[in-house]
Amino acid sequence: MPTPSHASFAKAVAAVAWKDLAAELRSRELVSAMLVFSLLVILIFNFALELDIATRRSVTAGVLWATFAFAGTLGLNRSMAVEKDRGCLDGLLLAPVDRSAIYFGKVLSNLSFMLIVEAIVLPVYSLLYNTNLFHPGLLAVILLGSIGYTAVGTLLSSMAVQTRTRDVMLPILLFPVAVPILIAAVKASGGYLSGADMQDILPWLNLLIAYDVIFTAIAFMVFDYVVEE
Amino acid sequence: MQSKSLTLKALDIVSLILLAVSTYLALVFAPTEAVMGQVQRVFYFHVATAWVGMLGFIAAGLSGIAYLRSGDPKWDRIEVAAVEISLVFFFIAIVLGAIWARPVWNTWWTWDPRLTTAAITELIYIAYFMLRQGIEDPDRRARFGAVYTLVGAVSVPITFMAIRLFRTIHPVVIGTQSAEAQGGFNMTGDMKIAFFFALFAFTVIFVDLFWHRIRIGELADQVEQLKLKVMR
Repeated sequence: MPTPSHASFAKAVAAVAWKDLAAELRSRELVSAMLVFSLLVILIFNFALELDIATRRSVTAGVLWATFAFAGTLGLNRSMAVEKDRGCLDGLLLAPVDRSAIYFGKVLSNLSFMLIVEAIVLPVYSLLYNTNLFHPGLLAVILLGSIGYTAVGTLLSSMAVQTRTRDVMLPILLFPVAVPILIAAVKASGGYLSGADMQDILPWLNLLIAYDVIFTAIAFMVFDYVVEE
Repeated sequence: MQSKSLTLKALDIVSLILLAVSTYLALVFAPTEAVMGQVQRVFYFHVATAWVGMLGFIAAGLSGIAYLRSGDPKWDRIEVAAVEISLVFFFIAIVLGAIWARPVWNTWWTWDPRLTTAAITELIYIAYFMLRQGIEDPDRRARFGAVYTLVGAVSVPITFMAIRLFRTIHPVVIGTQSAEAQGGFNMTGDMKIAFFFALFAFTVIFVDLFWHRIRIGELADQVEQLKLKVMR
Protein backbone atom coordinates (compact mmCIF):
# COMPACT_ATOMS: atom_id res chain seq x y z
CA MET A 1 0.00 0.00 0.00
CA PRO A 2 1.57 3.32 -0.99
CA THR A 3 1.86 5.55 2.06
CA PRO A 4 2.82 9.22 1.65
CA SER A 5 6.44 8.46 2.59
CA HIS A 6 6.63 5.73 -0.06
CA ALA A 7 5.21 8.09 -2.61
CA SER A 8 7.70 10.81 -1.77
CA PHE A 9 10.55 8.29 -1.88
CA ALA A 10 9.50 7.15 -5.35
CA LYS A 11 9.20 10.78 -6.38
CA ALA A 12 12.73 11.52 -5.17
CA VAL A 13 14.10 8.49 -7.03
CA ALA A 14 12.30 9.54 -10.18
CA ALA A 15 13.55 13.11 -9.83
CA VAL A 16 17.20 12.00 -9.57
CA ALA A 17 16.83 9.63 -12.50
CA TRP A 18 14.99 12.21 -14.56
CA LYS A 19 17.69 14.82 -13.91
CA ASP A 20 20.26 12.46 -15.46
CA LEU A 21 18.06 11.47 -18.36
CA ALA A 22 17.17 15.08 -19.14
CA ALA A 23 20.85 16.11 -19.05
CA GLU A 24 21.66 13.18 -21.31
CA LEU A 25 18.84 14.04 -23.67
CA ARG A 26 20.40 17.46 -24.17
CA SER A 27 24.08 16.56 -24.35
CA ARG A 28 23.96 12.93 -25.53
CA GLU A 29 27.61 12.65 -24.59
CA LEU A 30 27.39 9.60 -22.35
CA VAL A 31 25.28 7.25 -24.44
CA SER A 32 27.07 8.19 -27.65
CA ALA A 33 30.47 7.53 -26.04
CA MET A 34 29.28 4.16 -24.72
CA LEU A 35 27.82 3.29 -28.08
CA VAL A 36 30.88 4.14 -30.16
CA PHE A 37 33.02 2.34 -27.64
CA SER A 38 30.81 -0.79 -27.85
CA LEU A 39 31.04 -0.86 -31.62
CA LEU A 40 34.82 -0.52 -31.39
CA VAL A 41 35.00 -3.40 -28.92
CA ILE A 42 32.97 -5.58 -31.29
CA LEU A 43 35.28 -4.55 -34.11
CA ILE A 44 38.32 -5.54 -32.06
CA PHE A 45 36.73 -8.88 -31.17
CA ASN A 46 36.05 -9.44 -34.83
CA PHE A 47 39.75 -9.38 -35.61
CA ALA A 48 40.92 -10.88 -32.34
CA LEU A 49 38.68 -13.94 -32.64
CA GLU A 50 38.18 -14.27 -36.41
CA LEU A 51 34.41 -14.41 -35.97
CA ASP A 52 33.59 -16.91 -38.71
CA ILE A 53 30.33 -18.81 -38.62
CA ALA A 54 31.58 -21.74 -36.56
CA THR A 55 33.28 -19.62 -33.86
CA ARG A 56 30.45 -17.14 -33.81
CA ARG A 57 27.99 -19.70 -32.56
CA SER A 58 30.07 -20.44 -29.47
CA VAL A 59 31.43 -16.99 -28.62
CA THR A 60 28.55 -14.60 -29.37
CA ALA A 61 27.33 -14.57 -25.76
CA GLY A 62 30.85 -13.93 -24.48
CA VAL A 63 31.53 -11.13 -26.97
CA LEU A 64 28.23 -9.43 -26.15
CA TRP A 65 28.78 -9.52 -22.39
CA ALA A 66 32.39 -8.39 -22.60
CA THR A 67 31.16 -5.47 -24.72
CA PHE A 68 28.37 -4.61 -22.28
CA ALA A 69 30.72 -4.86 -19.30
CA PHE A 70 33.32 -2.54 -20.86
CA ALA A 71 30.76 -0.03 -22.12
CA GLY A 72 29.01 -0.24 -18.74
CA THR A 73 32.10 0.80 -16.78
CA LEU A 74 32.62 3.70 -19.14
CA GLY A 75 29.08 4.94 -18.54
CA LEU A 76 29.08 4.32 -14.77
CA ASN A 77 32.35 6.12 -14.30
CA ARG A 78 31.34 9.12 -16.38
CA SER A 79 27.91 9.43 -14.82
CA MET A 80 29.45 9.66 -11.32
CA ALA A 81 32.44 11.77 -12.35
CA VAL A 82 30.08 14.43 -13.70
CA GLU A 83 28.29 14.57 -10.34
CA LYS A 84 31.57 14.95 -8.51
CA ASP A 85 33.21 17.49 -10.84
CA ARG A 86 30.51 20.06 -10.92
CA GLY A 87 29.69 19.69 -7.25
CA CYS A 88 26.32 18.16 -8.10
CA LEU A 89 26.81 15.38 -5.60
CA ASP A 90 27.08 17.86 -2.73
CA GLY A 91 23.92 19.51 -3.97
CA LEU A 92 22.13 16.18 -4.17
CA LEU A 93 23.26 15.26 -0.67
CA LEU A 94 21.84 18.52 0.68
CA ALA A 95 18.42 17.63 -0.68
CA PRO A 96 16.03 16.66 2.12
CA VAL A 97 15.50 13.11 0.86
CA ASP A 98 16.72 9.73 1.96
CA ARG A 99 20.24 9.06 0.65
CA SER A 100 19.14 5.74 -0.77
CA ALA A 101 16.74 7.64 -3.05
CA ILE A 102 19.82 9.19 -4.65
CA TYR A 103 21.33 5.74 -5.05
CA PHE A 104 18.23 4.25 -6.67
CA GLY A 105 17.84 7.30 -8.89
CA LYS A 106 21.40 6.89 -10.13
CA VAL A 107 20.89 3.15 -10.63
CA LEU A 108 17.78 3.85 -12.66
CA SER A 109 19.52 6.35 -14.94
CA ASN A 110 22.65 4.20 -15.31
CA LEU A 111 20.47 1.22 -16.11
CA SER A 112 18.59 3.21 -18.75
CA PHE A 113 21.86 4.23 -20.40
CA MET A 114 23.06 0.64 -20.46
CA LEU A 115 19.76 -0.63 -21.85
CA ILE A 116 19.73 2.04 -24.56
CA VAL A 117 23.24 1.04 -25.63
CA GLU A 118 22.30 -2.65 -25.55
CA ALA A 119 19.16 -1.98 -27.55
CA ILE A 120 21.31 -0.50 -30.31
CA VAL A 121 24.23 -2.95 -30.09
CA LEU A 122 22.02 -6.04 -30.37
CA PRO A 123 20.46 -5.27 -33.78
CA VAL A 124 23.81 -4.01 -35.09
CA TYR A 125 25.48 -7.24 -34.01
CA SER A 126 22.65 -9.28 -35.55
CA LEU A 127 23.05 -7.36 -38.77
CA LEU A 128 26.83 -7.54 -38.94
CA TYR A 129 27.06 -11.23 -38.14
CA ASN A 130 23.77 -12.43 -39.53
CA THR A 131 22.74 -13.98 -36.20
CA ASN A 132 19.25 -13.63 -34.81
CA LEU A 133 19.56 -12.25 -31.28
CA PHE A 134 15.89 -11.43 -30.73
CA HIS A 135 15.00 -14.16 -28.33
CA PRO A 136 12.72 -13.06 -25.46
CA GLY A 137 14.78 -15.17 -23.05
CA LEU A 138 17.99 -13.46 -24.12
CA LEU A 139 16.40 -10.05 -23.60
CA ALA A 140 15.37 -11.10 -20.08
CA VAL A 141 18.94 -12.24 -19.34
CA ILE A 142 20.29 -8.92 -20.59
CA LEU A 143 17.85 -7.04 -18.37
CA LEU A 144 18.69 -9.12 -15.28
CA GLY A 145 22.43 -8.92 -15.93
CA SER A 146 22.33 -5.17 -16.48
CA ILE A 147 20.36 -4.63 -13.27
CA GLY A 148 22.97 -6.48 -11.21
CA TYR A 149 25.85 -4.82 -12.99
CA THR A 150 24.51 -1.29 -12.45
CA ALA A 151 23.44 -2.04 -8.87
CA VAL A 152 27.02 -2.90 -7.85
CA GLY A 153 28.57 -0.54 -10.39
CA THR A 154 26.74 2.52 -9.09
CA LEU A 155 27.85 1.81 -5.53
CA LEU A 156 31.47 1.19 -6.50
CA SER A 157 31.65 4.08 -8.94
CA SER A 158 30.56 6.47 -6.21
CA MET A 159 33.57 5.22 -4.24
CA ALA A 160 35.89 5.22 -7.25
CA VAL A 161 35.30 8.88 -8.16
CA GLN A 162 36.33 9.94 -4.66
CA THR A 163 39.81 8.43 -4.97
CA ARG A 164 42.97 9.93 -6.39
CA THR A 165 43.21 7.33 -9.16
CA ARG A 166 39.58 7.61 -10.11
CA ASP A 167 39.96 7.12 -13.85
CA VAL A 168 41.30 3.61 -13.48
CA MET A 169 39.72 2.57 -10.19
CA LEU A 170 36.22 1.51 -11.24
CA PRO A 171 37.00 -1.51 -13.47
CA ILE A 172 39.54 -2.77 -10.94
CA LEU A 173 36.95 -2.61 -8.16
CA LEU A 174 33.99 -3.75 -10.21
CA PHE A 175 35.19 -6.65 -12.38
CA PRO A 176 36.27 -9.07 -9.64
CA VAL A 177 32.99 -8.69 -7.73
CA ALA A 178 30.87 -8.73 -10.91
CA VAL A 179 32.27 -12.10 -11.99
CA PRO A 180 29.14 -14.06 -10.94
CA ILE A 181 26.95 -11.84 -13.15
CA LEU A 182 29.24 -12.28 -16.12
CA ILE A 183 29.46 -16.06 -15.68
CA ALA A 184 25.71 -16.48 -15.24
CA ALA A 185 24.80 -14.03 -18.00
CA VAL A 186 27.20 -15.55 -20.53
CA LYS A 187 26.01 -19.08 -19.69
CA ALA A 188 22.32 -18.16 -19.82
CA SER A 189 22.67 -16.11 -23.04
CA GLY A 190 24.71 -18.89 -24.64
CA GLY A 191 22.02 -21.35 -23.58
CA TYR A 192 19.26 -19.35 -25.25
CA LEU A 193 21.31 -18.78 -28.40
CA SER A 194 22.12 -22.46 -28.80
CA GLY A 195 18.56 -23.50 -27.99
CA ALA A 196 19.43 -25.36 -24.79
CA ASP A 197 16.79 -26.82 -22.50
CA MET A 198 15.13 -24.47 -20.01
CA GLN A 199 16.30 -26.90 -17.34
CA ASP A 200 19.93 -26.07 -18.14
CA ILE A 201 19.35 -22.33 -18.25
CA LEU A 202 17.23 -22.01 -15.13
CA PRO A 203 20.07 -22.27 -12.55
CA TRP A 204 21.87 -19.38 -14.24
CA LEU A 205 18.70 -17.27 -14.26
CA ASN A 206 18.19 -18.00 -10.57
CA LEU A 207 21.77 -17.01 -9.89
CA LEU A 208 21.26 -13.71 -11.71
CA ILE A 209 18.09 -12.95 -9.77
CA ALA A 210 19.73 -13.87 -6.45
CA TYR A 211 22.73 -11.67 -7.24
CA ASP A 212 20.49 -8.75 -8.20
CA VAL A 213 18.47 -9.00 -5.00
CA ILE A 214 21.46 -9.49 -2.68
CA PHE A 215 23.56 -6.70 -4.10
CA THR A 216 20.75 -4.20 -4.41
CA ALA A 217 20.04 -4.84 -0.73
CA ILE A 218 23.70 -4.45 0.27
CA ALA A 219 24.14 -1.27 -1.76
CA PHE A 220 20.94 0.11 -0.24
CA MET A 221 22.34 -0.53 3.24
CA VAL A 222 25.86 0.82 2.75
CA PHE A 223 25.34 3.71 0.32
CA ASP A 224 25.13 6.14 3.24
CA TYR A 225 28.70 5.31 4.26
CA VAL A 226 29.98 5.93 0.75
CA VAL A 227 28.62 9.45 0.31
CA GLU A 228 28.99 10.61 3.92
CA GLU A 229 31.39 13.56 4.27
CA MET B 1 56.57 2.95 22.40
CA GLN B 2 55.20 -0.12 24.13
CA SER B 3 57.37 -3.18 23.75
CA LYS B 4 55.99 -6.52 22.69
CA SER B 5 53.87 -8.13 25.39
CA LEU B 6 55.17 -11.32 26.97
CA THR B 7 52.26 -13.38 25.64
CA LEU B 8 53.06 -12.28 22.11
CA LYS B 9 56.73 -13.15 22.54
CA ALA B 10 55.77 -16.59 23.84
CA LEU B 11 53.38 -17.04 20.93
CA ASP B 12 56.19 -16.19 18.50
CA ILE B 13 58.32 -18.96 19.92
CA VAL B 14 55.44 -21.45 20.00
CA SER B 15 54.63 -20.62 16.36
CA LEU B 16 58.21 -21.25 15.29
CA ILE B 17 58.34 -24.58 17.10
CA LEU B 18 54.98 -25.64 15.66
CA LEU B 19 56.13 -24.69 12.16
CA ALA B 20 59.30 -26.75 12.58
CA VAL B 21 57.42 -29.78 13.91
CA SER B 22 54.79 -29.47 11.21
CA THR B 23 57.51 -29.34 8.53
CA TYR B 24 59.06 -32.48 9.99
CA LEU B 25 55.70 -34.27 10.07
CA ALA B 26 54.88 -33.29 6.49
CA LEU B 27 58.28 -33.99 4.94
CA VAL B 28 59.59 -36.94 6.98
CA PHE B 29 57.02 -38.48 9.29
CA ALA B 30 54.07 -38.86 6.91
CA PRO B 31 54.28 -41.88 4.58
CA THR B 32 54.87 -41.26 0.89
CA GLU B 33 51.66 -41.47 -1.07
CA ALA B 34 51.63 -44.55 -3.33
CA VAL B 35 50.41 -43.02 -6.61
CA MET B 36 51.57 -39.41 -6.56
CA GLY B 37 54.83 -39.90 -4.67
CA GLN B 38 56.77 -37.18 -2.89
CA VAL B 39 54.89 -34.27 -4.47
CA GLN B 40 51.81 -35.20 -2.43
CA ARG B 41 53.65 -33.82 0.64
CA VAL B 42 52.81 -30.36 -0.64
CA PHE B 43 49.23 -31.13 0.31
CA TYR B 44 49.75 -30.64 4.08
CA PHE B 45 50.92 -27.05 3.76
CA HIS B 46 48.68 -26.36 0.79
CA VAL B 47 45.50 -27.04 2.74
CA ALA B 48 46.86 -25.38 5.88
CA THR B 49 47.77 -22.14 4.07
CA ALA B 50 44.44 -22.11 2.22
CA TRP B 51 42.76 -22.58 5.61
CA VAL B 52 44.59 -19.55 7.02
CA GLY B 53 43.63 -17.58 3.91
CA MET B 54 40.03 -18.55 4.58
CA LEU B 55 40.27 -17.52 8.26
CA GLY B 56 41.63 -14.15 7.17
CA PHE B 57 38.88 -13.78 4.61
CA ILE B 58 36.15 -14.41 7.18
CA ALA B 59 37.85 -12.17 9.76
CA ALA B 60 38.08 -9.38 7.17
CA GLY B 61 34.40 -9.63 6.25
CA LEU B 62 33.28 -9.63 9.90
CA SER B 63 35.50 -6.72 10.90
CA GLY B 64 34.24 -4.79 7.87
CA ILE B 65 30.69 -5.17 9.17
CA ALA B 66 31.84 -4.34 12.71
CA TYR B 67 33.51 -1.16 11.45
CA LEU B 68 30.43 0.01 9.59
CA ARG B 69 28.28 -0.60 12.65
CA SER B 70 30.56 0.96 15.27
CA GLY B 71 32.88 3.33 13.36
CA ASP B 72 35.67 2.30 15.73
CA PRO B 73 39.08 2.59 13.99
CA LYS B 74 40.16 -0.55 15.85
CA TRP B 75 38.03 -2.63 13.46
CA ASP B 76 39.65 -0.95 10.49
CA ARG B 77 43.10 -2.02 11.69
CA ILE B 78 41.84 -5.57 12.24
CA GLU B 79 40.32 -5.61 8.77
CA VAL B 80 43.56 -4.48 7.07
CA ALA B 81 45.52 -7.07 9.04
CA ALA B 82 43.14 -9.85 8.05
CA VAL B 83 43.14 -8.89 4.37
CA GLU B 84 46.94 -8.66 4.24
CA ILE B 85 47.47 -12.06 5.87
CA SER B 86 44.78 -13.67 3.76
CA LEU B 87 46.33 -12.20 0.59
CA VAL B 88 49.73 -13.68 1.38
CA PHE B 89 48.47 -17.09 2.48
CA PHE B 90 46.09 -17.55 -0.45
CA PHE B 91 49.04 -16.72 -2.69
CA ILE B 92 51.20 -19.36 -0.99
CA ALA B 93 48.33 -21.87 -1.28
CA ILE B 94 47.98 -21.12 -5.00
CA VAL B 95 51.71 -21.54 -5.64
CA LEU B 96 51.88 -24.78 -3.62
CA GLY B 97 48.79 -26.06 -5.41
CA ALA B 98 50.37 -25.30 -8.79
CA ILE B 99 53.50 -27.24 -7.81
CA TRP B 100 51.29 -30.21 -6.93
CA ALA B 101 49.05 -29.86 -9.96
CA ARG B 102 51.87 -29.87 -12.54
CA PRO B 103 52.69 -33.59 -12.15
CA VAL B 104 49.24 -34.73 -10.99
CA TRP B 105 46.88 -32.81 -13.30
CA ASN B 106 49.61 -32.28 -15.91
CA THR B 107 49.02 -28.52 -15.80
CA TRP B 108 49.99 -25.67 -13.50
CA TRP B 109 46.56 -24.15 -13.60
CA THR B 110 42.99 -25.02 -14.46
CA TRP B 111 39.83 -22.92 -14.21
CA ASP B 112 38.34 -24.96 -11.43
CA PRO B 113 35.99 -23.35 -8.84
CA ARG B 114 38.51 -23.30 -6.01
CA LEU B 115 41.42 -22.13 -8.13
CA THR B 116 39.40 -19.47 -9.88
CA THR B 117 37.76 -18.31 -6.67
CA ALA B 118 41.14 -18.06 -4.93
CA ALA B 119 42.51 -16.04 -7.86
CA ILE B 120 39.50 -13.70 -7.86
CA THR B 121 39.78 -13.27 -4.10
CA GLU B 122 43.40 -12.21 -4.61
CA LEU B 123 42.29 -9.69 -7.23
CA ILE B 124 39.65 -8.31 -4.85
CA TYR B 125 42.32 -7.91 -2.17
CA ILE B 126 44.64 -6.11 -4.57
CA ALA B 127 41.77 -3.84 -5.62
CA TYR B 128 41.11 -3.23 -1.90
CA PHE B 129 44.65 -2.01 -1.33
CA MET B 130 44.61 0.14 -4.47
CA LEU B 131 41.35 1.69 -3.28
CA ARG B 132 42.81 2.48 0.14
CA GLN B 133 45.96 3.90 -1.37
CA GLY B 134 43.96 6.37 -3.42
CA ILE B 135 42.24 7.97 -0.40
CA GLU B 136 43.99 10.36 1.97
CA ASP B 137 41.29 10.99 4.55
CA PRO B 138 41.72 8.13 7.07
CA ASP B 139 38.04 8.10 8.02
CA ARG B 140 36.87 7.78 4.45
CA ARG B 141 39.61 5.24 3.69
CA ALA B 142 38.31 3.05 6.50
CA ARG B 143 34.67 3.42 5.43
CA PHE B 144 35.36 2.60 1.78
CA GLY B 145 37.60 -0.28 2.78
CA ALA B 146 34.86 -1.74 4.96
CA VAL B 147 32.22 -1.35 2.24
CA TYR B 148 34.46 -3.03 -0.31
CA THR B 149 35.36 -5.95 1.99
CA LEU B 150 31.65 -6.44 2.62
CA VAL B 151 30.88 -6.47 -1.12
CA GLY B 152 33.81 -8.83 -1.69
CA ALA B 153 32.88 -11.12 1.18
CA VAL B 154 29.40 -11.59 -0.29
CA SER B 155 30.44 -11.91 -3.91
CA VAL B 156 33.20 -14.50 -3.44
CA PRO B 157 30.91 -17.32 -2.21
CA ILE B 158 28.50 -16.54 -5.07
CA THR B 159 31.42 -16.73 -7.51
CA PHE B 160 32.37 -20.07 -6.04
CA MET B 161 28.85 -21.43 -6.46
CA ALA B 162 28.63 -20.03 -9.98
CA ILE B 163 31.80 -21.77 -11.10
CA ARG B 164 30.79 -24.89 -9.21
CA LEU B 165 27.83 -25.23 -11.56
CA PHE B 166 30.49 -26.27 -14.07
CA ARG B 167 32.23 -29.51 -13.40
CA THR B 168 35.19 -29.61 -11.06
CA ILE B 169 38.34 -31.75 -11.05
CA HIS B 170 39.68 -30.49 -7.73
CA PRO B 171 39.90 -33.41 -5.29
CA VAL B 172 37.98 -33.29 -2.03
CA VAL B 173 40.05 -35.23 0.49
CA ILE B 174 37.70 -34.64 3.39
CA GLY B 175 34.02 -35.35 2.78
CA THR B 176 32.41 -36.52 -0.43
CA GLN B 177 34.03 -35.86 -3.75
CA SER B 178 32.68 -35.74 -7.27
CA ALA B 179 33.39 -38.57 -9.67
CA GLU B 180 35.37 -36.31 -12.00
CA ALA B 181 37.90 -35.27 -9.34
CA GLN B 182 41.48 -36.25 -10.16
CA GLY B 183 44.31 -36.70 -7.71
CA GLY B 184 42.23 -37.59 -4.67
CA PHE B 185 43.46 -40.14 -2.13
CA ASN B 186 42.59 -41.60 1.23
CA MET B 187 44.63 -40.47 4.20
CA THR B 188 46.25 -43.09 6.42
CA GLY B 189 46.62 -42.55 10.16
CA ASP B 190 50.07 -40.93 9.96
CA MET B 191 48.96 -38.71 7.11
CA LYS B 192 46.04 -37.56 9.22
CA ILE B 193 48.40 -36.69 12.08
CA ALA B 194 50.59 -34.61 9.75
CA PHE B 195 47.51 -33.01 8.18
CA PHE B 196 45.69 -32.00 11.34
CA PHE B 197 48.92 -30.90 12.97
CA ALA B 198 49.64 -28.64 9.98
CA LEU B 199 46.14 -27.15 10.29
CA PHE B 200 46.66 -26.55 14.00
CA ALA B 201 50.17 -25.13 13.54
CA PHE B 202 49.08 -22.72 10.83
CA THR B 203 46.08 -21.60 12.88
CA VAL B 204 48.45 -20.64 15.70
CA ILE B 205 50.77 -18.94 13.20
CA PHE B 206 47.75 -17.07 11.87
CA VAL B 207 46.85 -15.80 15.33
CA ASP B 208 50.47 -14.76 15.90
CA LEU B 209 50.77 -12.89 12.60
CA PHE B 210 47.34 -11.36 13.04
CA TRP B 211 48.30 -10.04 16.44
CA HIS B 212 51.57 -8.64 15.10
CA ARG B 213 49.88 -6.95 12.16
CA ILE B 214 47.20 -5.34 14.34
CA ARG B 215 49.94 -4.09 16.67
CA ILE B 216 51.84 -2.60 13.72
CA GLY B 217 48.63 -0.92 12.60
CA GLU B 218 48.18 0.64 16.04
CA LEU B 219 51.78 1.88 16.06
CA ALA B 220 51.43 3.27 12.53
CA ASP B 221 48.33 5.22 13.62
CA GLN B 222 50.24 6.62 16.59
CA VAL B 223 53.10 7.69 14.32
CA GLU B 224 50.63 9.41 12.01
CA GLN B 225 49.08 11.29 14.92
CA LEU B 226 52.49 12.34 16.24
CA LYS B 227 53.46 13.59 12.80
CA LEU B 228 50.29 15.68 12.64
CA LYS B 229 51.09 17.11 16.06
CA VAL B 230 54.61 18.11 14.96
CA MET B 231 53.31 19.75 11.82
CA ARG B 232 50.92 21.94 13.80
